[in-house]
Amino acid sequence: MFRNNYDNDSVTFSPQGRIFQVEYAGEAVKQGSVVVGITSKTHAVLVAIKRNAEELSSYQKKLFAVDEHLGLAIAGLTSDARVLSNFMKQQCLSQRLTYDRALPVETLVSLIGEKAQLNTQHYGKRPYGVGLLVAGVDETGPHLFEFQPSGMTQEMVACAIGARSQMARTYLEKNADKFPDCGREELIKHGLRALKETLVQDRELTVENTSVGVVGLKEAGKRGIDFFKVHDGAEVKDWINSVGDDAEAAGETAEGEGMQVDE
Amino acid sequence: MDHRPQHWGRPRDDVYGAYDASYMRPNGPTTHTQSPVVTGTSVVALKFKDGVVIAADNLASYGSLARFPDVKRLRTFAGTSVVGFGGDVSDMQYLDRHLQELAIDENYTSEKGHTLNARNLHKYLANLLYHRRSKFDPLWNHLLVAGLDEDDKPFLAAADLLGTTFTSPSLATGYGEMLAQPIMRRYAKDEEAAAQLTRDQAVDIVKECMKVLFYRDARSLDTYSIAVVTKQGIDLKEDVKLENQSWAFADRIKGYGTQTV
Repeated sequence: MFRNNYDNDSVTFSPQGRIFQVEYAGEAVKQGSVVVGITSKTHAVLVAIKRNAEELSSYQKKLFAVDEHLGLAIAGLTSDARVLSNFMKQQCLSQRLTYDRALPVETLVSLIGEKAQLNTQHYGKRPYGVGLLVAGVDETGPHLFEFQPSGMTQEMVACAIGARSQMARTYLEKNADKFPDCGREELIKHGLRALKETLVQDRELTVENTSVGVVGLKEAGKRGIDFFKVHDGAEVKDWINSVGDDAEAAGETAEGEGMQVDE
Repeated sequence: MDHRPQHWGRPRDDVYGAYDASYMRPNGPTTHTQSPVVTGTSVVALKFKDGVVIAADNLASYGSLARFPDVKRLRTFAGTSVVGFGGDVSDMQYLDRHLQELAIDENYTSEKGHTLNARNLHKYLANLLYHRRSKFDPLWNHLLVAGLDEDDKPFLAAADLLGTTFTSPSLATGYGEMLAQPIMRRYAKDEEAAAQLTRDQAVDIVKECMKVLFYRDARSLDTYSIAVVTKQGIDLKEDVKLENQSWAFADRIKGYGTQTV
């Protein structure tokens, strides 16, 4: 009866100037579980909530290492993300082969931006149903980029995408001025606190459902980098404990204390 | 009806005699550059404490004829690296255009000023040369790439027409490999020794090499280009004259040309 006539393909504008297929793809991103990214002067951090389809299944991967210096977090269709991630791996590898250097993060992100935009302009194609946060370190330091199915990319200081990510963004905005001078551990904790904000009643961060990815400079102002690494399971236990309810209160008063907190 | 398609549209053999198909075949195999034509001779380069000195004379020879005495064989890249070209001059010009384009593309793809440093550039050129030799269509050059690496340390490396790469504190191409390299090695036998050299010392050594090359290399010229690459940038001089030449040794040379004794 009142069917939308302008959402059958991604080449037709609606009379209001909207392309519905692209907007629907944006909805797929909002269905994905939340991922948060933050940068400081020395580090870029990605944290994510993993979901399991059913009680007996494994948790779906949310963070991918693309190259030594760069990784990404996904919200939306995992299979679409894998296509983009593989493409990015190829680009990074070919850059290392021909120039022997790490592909600048900005250059790589603009490549996937162009790739995704093409899908919004050809009949019979569909946009990628996934949003990405790309975190990496290059010769100009740490960077975080947001990518949307429309092909939009932008550099962010901190960002969150996925289900209920607004709560996380609010946390990030409130604390944004602290991020630039944060060390690695502090930055991860901020990420996890932002993640906690998005949790619904009686859900919490566990070693099963939390992923942390970090990449950063070995030393501020120097060239050497600590490669992008995804931490899962037992490796994230201490971080989760450090942002536990009781630790939060303690953390506010004594910022930057040891991360081990008794329960 | 003749049912063989290869015969259609051609004069009938039984009427006109056997068809001469030779015009359709190219005469001989595909040919690429099998030898260089207009050539530049040696390039010499030496690392020092905080940079690299590189020099090449301004001559392009046509065989043994000193055909073009004003050809600049040192080319800068992105204001941070210098490439010295030995070998075929037309291939050098092709590579130069190619590198200009590369520098422009690199500037466009990145707003933050990522640039290819000398090491990246050398890797790229070596790959390009290897690719072309694998197509049996080599770029007939021997290159020296001078500049700084990602840690702002002096970088010097060579790549030849086969894509072979080589690196050392001092490098030379062509005749310079025999004549200049031993001189430079006296002052910079390893990286440690090169790191002790000052800019002035390195420039003097390279100038000395250019002089020896002019004395003994019949394809060389007394006008040359010399560039010093440091963190501060490139100092390129393109019309330097050899100074303090002494040909006193010349009349002691025996065994060449018309001699009465």
